[in-house]
Amino acid sequence: MTLEKSGIEYLSVQEIRGPLMIVGGVSGVAYDELVEVETAEGERRLGRVIEVGEGRAVVQVFEGTQGLGIAGTKARFLGRTMEIPVSVEMLGRVFDGLGNPLDGLPQPIAEEVLDVNGEPINPQQREYPSDFIQTGISAIDGMNSLVRGQKLPIFSGAGLPHNLLAAQIARQATVPGKEEEFAVIFAAVGVQNDEARYFRRSLEESGAIKRSALFLNLADDPAIERIVTPRIALTLAEYLAYRQGYHVLVIITDITNYAEALREVSAAREEVPGRKGYPGYMYTDLASLYERAGRITGLKGSLTQMPILSMPSDDITHPIPDLTGYITEGQIVLSRDLYRKGIYPPINVLMSLSRLMGPGIISQKKTRPDHGDVSNQLYAAYARAVQLRSLAEIVGKSGLSETDLKYLEFGDLFEQKFLRQGYSENRTLDQTIEIAWDILSSLPEVELTKIKEEHIRKHYRKRTA
Amino acid sequence: MRTVRGKIIWVAGPAVKADGMMGAKMYETVFVGEEKLIGEIIKLTGDVAFIQVYENTSGLRPGEPVESTGSPLSVTLGPGMLGSIYDGVQRPLDVIGKVAGGFIKRGIKAEPLQKDKKWKFIPLVKAGDEVGPGDFLGEVAETPLVVSKIMVPPDSKPGKLTYVAPEGEYTIEETIAELESRDGKRSIQLAHKWPVRRARPFQRRLDPEVPTITGQRVLDTLFPISKGGTACIPGAFGTGKTVTLHQLAKWSDTKVIFHVGCGERGNEESEVLTEFPHLKDPATGRPLMERTVLIANTSNMPVAAREASIYTGVTMAEYFRDMGYDVLLVADSTSRWAEALREISGRLEEMPAEEGYPSYLASRLAEFYERAGRVVTVGRPERIGSVTLVGAVSPPGGDFTEPVTTHTMRFIRTFWALDASLAYTRHYPAINWITSYSAYVDTVRKWWAENVALDWFEQRYQAYRLLQREAELLELVRLLGPEALPDEEKLIIDVSRMIREGFLQQNAYDEIDAYCPPLKQYKLLKLFVKFHTLAEEALKKGVPLKAIRTMPLISKLIRAKYEIPNNRLELLDDLEKRLEESFEKLVLGEKLEVEAR
Repeated sequence: MTLEKSGIEYLSVQEIRGPLMIVGGVSGVAYDELVEVETAEGERRLGRVIEVGEGRAVVQVFEGTQGLGIAGTKARFLGRTMEIPVSVEMLGRVFDGLGNPLDGLPQPIAEEVLDVNGEPINPQQREYPSDFIQTGISAIDGMNSLVRGQKLPIFSGAGLPHNLLAAQIARQATVPGKEEEFAVIFAAVGVQNDEARYFRRSLEESGAIKRSALFLNLADDPAIERIVTPRIALTLAEYLAYRQGYHVLVIITDITNYAEALREVSAAREEVPGRKGYPGYMYTDLASLYERAGRITGLKGSLTQMPILSMPSDDITHPIPDLTGYITEGQIVLSRDLYRKGIYPPINVLMSLSRLMGPGIISQKKTRPDHGDVSNQLYAAYARAVQLRSLAEIVGKSGLSETDLKYLEFGDLFEQKFLRQGYSENRTLDQTIEIAWDILSSLPEVELTKIKEEHIRKHYRKRTA
Repeated sequence: MRTVRGKIIWVAGPAVKADGMMGAKMYETVFVGEEKLIGEIIKLTGDVAFIQVYENTSGLRPGEPVESTGSPLSVTLGPGMLGSIYDGVQRPLDVIGKVAGGFIKRGIKAEPLQKDKKWKFIPLVKAGDEVGPGDFLGEVAETPLVVSKIMVPPDSKPGKLTYVAPEGEYTIEETIAELESRDGKRSIQLAHKWPVRRARPFQRRLDPEVPTITGQRVLDTLFPISKGGTACIPGAFGTGKTVTLHQLAKWSDTKVIFHVGCGERGNEESEVLTEFPHLKDPATGRPLMERTVLIANTSNMPVAAREASIYTGVTMAEYFRDMGYDVLLVADSTSRWAEALREISGRLEEMPAEEGYPSYLASRLAEFYERAGRVVTVGRPERIGSVTLVGAVSPPGGDFTEPVTTHTMRFIRTFWALDASLAYTRHYPAINWITSYSAYVDTVRKWWAENVALDWFEQRYQAYRLLQREAELLELVRLLGPEALPDEEKLIIDVSRMIREGFLQQNAYDEIDAYCPPLKQYKLLKLFVKFHTLAEEALKKGVPLKAIRTMPLISKLIRAKYEIPNNRLELLDDLEKRLEESFEKLVLGEKLEVEAR
């Protein structure tokens, strides 16, 4: 982001607390206006007005207020909201959390300058997402299909392999039968250096780096900047999708760090907190990120989002995963138990969901006709297996019926054959569904009540006795 | 009315303070700033007005003008609403889309109803007639599904018509009648305005004895909602609130449907818009969009307009009720509406009650749900109309003890509790049959007896009882294992599982199963109840449980919901016959075997 000289300058800083700076005696300042802050030493930072009136402006300083003094600090109001120059040239580049190049190359020449907050997509102008994306991962393709224009987060926990999974999806995602311009935008929000490096390397190895842009706010970068980084990434993504016709996949990691920055600002403003100290408007604020996914009628591109968040203490009812789940179109939940069993990807399918799979793919018959029924049957059978497992722990296997034991066996097959796959194993949807039939055929035919008879006749493997 | 002009003195998010506003009134609509953003006054102190702004306030500065309009936030009611999609303050999103493209720009003014469109008006009265508020003046066939009645606005005084327009084509602004009353002359057009925060009047309430048939088995049969009733559907994310509400909007047998998407996902609105024009109303075969109005204020659209959206919706719904129609309004989700209330309240620095929500949360919820009801409307001819309200609730962490859920439960009479553990096993609709309830079971009983089957209540009771017994037995199984139960009790668990799979679960994405007519619901239920009765008898006669469990007919019964088309219900009677025969054979076979020994 280039800094400017224009604008009204004030020296009247009244108060500094947390990430906020209060400037007195202002006039003509607008809500949400961008502010350039200059320390007594001449260092420049950026901020934005989050409240203005009665002669004062409350400024949120992105790079933090460390080293700012009441005396000597200058605030220059720039007369515009925060904007970012965007261009196709930004693909293949690495930027910091505010959009300044980190790779030593000059700032790309702007094709357009856009407000980072974007504008809400008119729901009437949305096109309903219904292009199946094959990720090559059975648990996703077979049971929680991803669709172009969807927002599908990964709910993970500390130490779980969400980065491996996200990188695998970024490498493997294709729409079968279509060759189109695609791009990957990666926004690191408060993550550690090596996590960001892993992503970069993974994109380099697969050659996708040329079609990627990385925005990095790392763990040691200013916390308040995290509020802007995802917005900058999404602004570029929207430009590529809706102006340039790209199919863009945006990966944002880790939303938990974002929400904490939000809480910090809210606490500094002394707002009435909602749950666990997070601001009452966190739902609306998260929605202003997630809702930027989608497709627009008449435009070629699409914006698919895959935000990653780590659930504090693996608690899915924590406000961050909770509010996210209410906004996104499903979730992929990783399980520590499966991870301990050595299963990759450790996806807890029972808690995972893709809301667009039913209406977007199954009822529009976009994939194999047995896809929906097979998925429903896998869910029902695996859920029964998991229930019986905990029952067997109490009453022992002898307390179970013959059919119940078949279900227990199915549960193991499901985890070992269907769920488990390699880091670079790229299965087609056909392969995934065939594996599903292999394992479903371990159950008696009469148990498959979720599948229409015509499909059973065609695919059920009858045992030759 | 005199226009009050003030100046902005403070801006923070959707809340704005302006001074110089002496003379402005509470809930008056104002234009804020140079761009004339729409706002509403929500607090007055001295000459300072607190305003909630219905559009994004980025770039607004102190010193910009604020101008009052003299009228409260209102909707325009008249022909042209059906099939439309509006934002929270009745701006048509298709018009905004034409002006601004894919994104919503602010400051766009758009008329709620098309002003230049001509409607064919057929008068039902003539000059010289004495009319009162609510009386029919004429009709406009708005869509092939709904004829809009043109009424004397309910805030008029009775009087004599001095002019009635002849049959012909009129715009919504042309005068179609003139009324002379104590208040003087009033000219009446096809459309009129009504403030959203004021309920439209009616004569008297009626008992909720007619069910709203939704085609969803677990709702209609186990937990019905009556016409004019209220229901809430709380559930953690992923439990299927939205899908269930969409099902209601698609299949309910009301004349008009309002779907208020209040702080929800944009793609869901798009789903409705893509799907509804292709779906056919089961009663008439016409596209569902012809009876549907959408109000969409998605989660990333301005939060204050989200607060207004449910009032906008319910006021429009009451207007159709006044024509003598049954109307269903589904609001998804009232929690997001409550959060909007909380956000504005926080900006006003009001003293918070539980979890930061304002202390008036409960009274606002009560006011909203009280606008439901089956009523005799004002005006002649005498007619009955209803507004049925269903609100989704999104409790944080799926915890039903949080304020929005607990307060809502005080004001609704049907409770459809969504259960995450059912959703995880893909038991949809994930409505928990133990914790849900409906106060309308007894009131709609007569309707089922008269219109579907005399013993509906009895069959429902039997099935419900089985499911309750199963829940008790499963507690035991958790400790002792299934094999520890006697055969009759194992049977209860088996049959309950059949009822769950073959009756309670319903696939919204299956062509046949998506909608289940009442008679099919009854016949399916009867099959399972009968299975239990016959199996119990067979057990008593010595047939081993294993022989019953392995009957090939069971998977036929479970699949009947989607394998038997809704127009071939006689196949269910055949199935019933085969069921009886199979059991006869079982019992006979057992007898022969015993004799042979």
